[in-house]
Amino acid sequence: MSVPSHQNPGFGSDPRFGSQQHGRPSRMSESSLRVVWVYPDLLSTYGDRGNALVVERRARQRGLGVTRIDVRSDQSVPTSGDIYLIGGGEDRPQRLAAERLRNDGGLQRAAENGAIIFSVCAGYQILGREFINDLGEREPGLGLLDVWTTRGEGARCVGDVLAGVDPILGLPQLTGFENHQGITHLGQGVKPFASVQVGRGNGTGDGTEGAWRDTVFGTYLHGPVLARNPAVADMLIKLALDVNALPPADTTWYDALRAERIAAAGRPS
Amino acid sequence: MPGTDSEATGARDASLPARAKIAVTAGRMAAALSQKAGRGSGSVIGGKVALKLDPDLLATLSDHLDVVLVSATNGKTTTTRLIAEALRAAGPVVSNALGANMPAGITAALAGGSDAKFGVIEVDEKYLPMVARDTRPKAIALLNLSRDQLDRAAETRMMAEKWREGLKDTDAVIIANADDPLVTWAASSCKKVVWVAAGQAWKEDAWSCPSCGGVMQRPGDDWFCQECGFRRPNPHWALQGTHVIDPHRGAWPIQLQLPGRANLANATSSAAVAAVFGVAPQVALQRMQSVAAVAGRYDVVSYLGRDVRLLLAKNPAGWLETFSLIDGPPAPVILSVNAMDADGTDTSWLWDVDYERLSGHPIFVMGQRKLDLAVRLEVAGLQFQVVESLEEAVRIAPAGRIEAIANYTAFQQLRKAVVS
Repeated sequence: MSVPSHQNPGFGSDPRFGSQQHGRPSRMSESSLRVVWVYPDLLSTYGDRGNALVVERRARQRGLGVTRIDVRSDQSVPTSGDIYLIGGGEDRPQRLAAERLRNDGGLQRAAENGAIIFSVCAGYQILGREFINDLGEREPGLGLLDVWTTRGEGARCVGDVLAGVDPILGLPQLTGFENHQGITHLGQGVKPFASVQVGRGNGTGDGTEGAWRDTVFGTYLHGPVLARNPAVADMLIKLALDVNALPPADTTWYDALRAERIAAAGRPS
Repeated sequence: MPGTDSEATGARDASLPARAKIAVTAGRMAAALSQKAGRGSGSVIGGKVALKLDPDLLATLSDHLDVVLVSATNGKTTTTRLIAEALRAAGPVVSNALGANMPAGITAALAGGSDAKFGVIEVDEKYLPMVARDTRPKAIALLNLSRDQLDRAAETRMMAEKWREGLKDTDAVIIANADDPLVTWAASSCKKVVWVAAGQAWKEDAWSCPSCGGVMQRPGDDWFCQECGFRRPNPHWALQGTHVIDPHRGAWPIQLQLPGRANLANATSSAAVAAVFGVAPQVALQRMQSVAAVAGRYDVVSYLGRDVRLLLAKNPAGWLETFSLIDGPPAPVILSVNAMDADGTDTSWLWDVDYERLSGHPIFVMGQRKLDLAVRLEVAGLQFQVVESLEEAVRIAPAGRIEAIANYTAFQQLRKAVVS
């Protein structure tokens, strides 16, 4: 991970946030967390706004200021964000988003600076090397994750998902809802984000779900996934602050929802 | 059978071809059996049986009718009802008034047999091209398109494309909402289009140009694509405040019992449809005034000694319109959400709804997916109470008329709860 140029020692040195993870100063710029939501005009079909709302809420509950920047696809992606969120979308908007992100270059520059990027479904496929677009052609992605996506021949993957997250990330069981036709193959440069217990995940049949490396993550899960898994939202905030703990924040309703969905996914429908 | 004006089934049936006659009779028998078995009105099963025996039945049954089709993501049942009321000024109407809007339900409604002059038919979005082909309508009203049940339905623009392809050769007059870019795009390949500025509060499905994919510019009520020049057509009819503006710039007051901006829009489109059949806007609007509740929607019921208004909201666009019509704070609000097959099993859409707008209302949350709602409201920073039943919510709700908003099957359950 590269060390960013703007630093604010404020949160990194605050004892409430635990010790720093990597001995480097917080990568947070200014005094507020900059959450960039990429292309809501094209990639916000499955309640993806929820992921931005949950990150914002979880950060504010810890006393952090949050600046949310919604970037439309005719605007350039700022390179100074802390957390970038990119969501799901229909096939044609996905192609348009990939074209515009490639031309813009902002997200790639942010990634080079070590930005935290969390992507879902169509957004996940765009972060990869290539995917099949709505015209049936191979569409280049951004190459930020070493994955590539082909089109599944069988039935669309639709339904509740349960998965165990890569143990290195120290996160509880993942719950979400998938709805995709793509099959995503993982290269050497990434690890699976999770392994599927219920559902299809990457659709490759090897039980993998999503992919990650450093601070770039991709998943097929909607729900939205951060509303179903607030620990993942907290992980993104911790990475942004470069701390390994956050002050506690209430999770009563999230826990109740998680318990219900985990039980429901385990039941044959 | 639902929605028929007349019991004069005999005269009409006699004119049907033999195969259609057998199919209609068999359908009626199946419906009666189903009804006796306590499985609803039986109209859909009856229609299925009849269509199986005579696949051309829909075409045969609509042969003697002036058919109007109504389709949209939201408002189709209400608008069908408003148009039916308006056209009764010009002759008897047969209609699938209870919202059974797929081919079997439509067939059942038409096979109800009547001496009707008009068939006013609500059609599920997916089936519109097919039903338009079979029934050879004189007019088709296209109200709006937005995201709805994405886990099982086609994506929104694909739906617009399906309409565009399926309707381009129709001889029907298309009455289309010029404020909805997806509807405009779907209708703009048709020969005869009457454009209605009916408004569309929800904009999140039309930020990219349906034609070329360019980013849509939306200053005020206008919209256009800078890339390809696709733009909002000049409307012939418009909703302006609480008035319908007709093509001759006449302004007609809308006085509905139904609440909300969306119903003013539905009335405007309905007036434009009625005009196609020579019914003047003032006559049409006056007749629409008689509609109080549609399939239980907007119904104010008395339950446990309290007034409860039942409101249906199935998707983000529908919730947005509903929030704009409810009583202001401190009116208590009950929210109920299910995720059965008919609702869509993915609840992600809850995050597209601005529940923040309920700030200040006492909120009670129920239904199969009350915990999804609870997390949504918690993240919105709202106070709320999770309850197990309508009864519990109503017992603890503070004074005032209660607004109960529910999605599809949750709404049906509320209706059942208040009558039992």
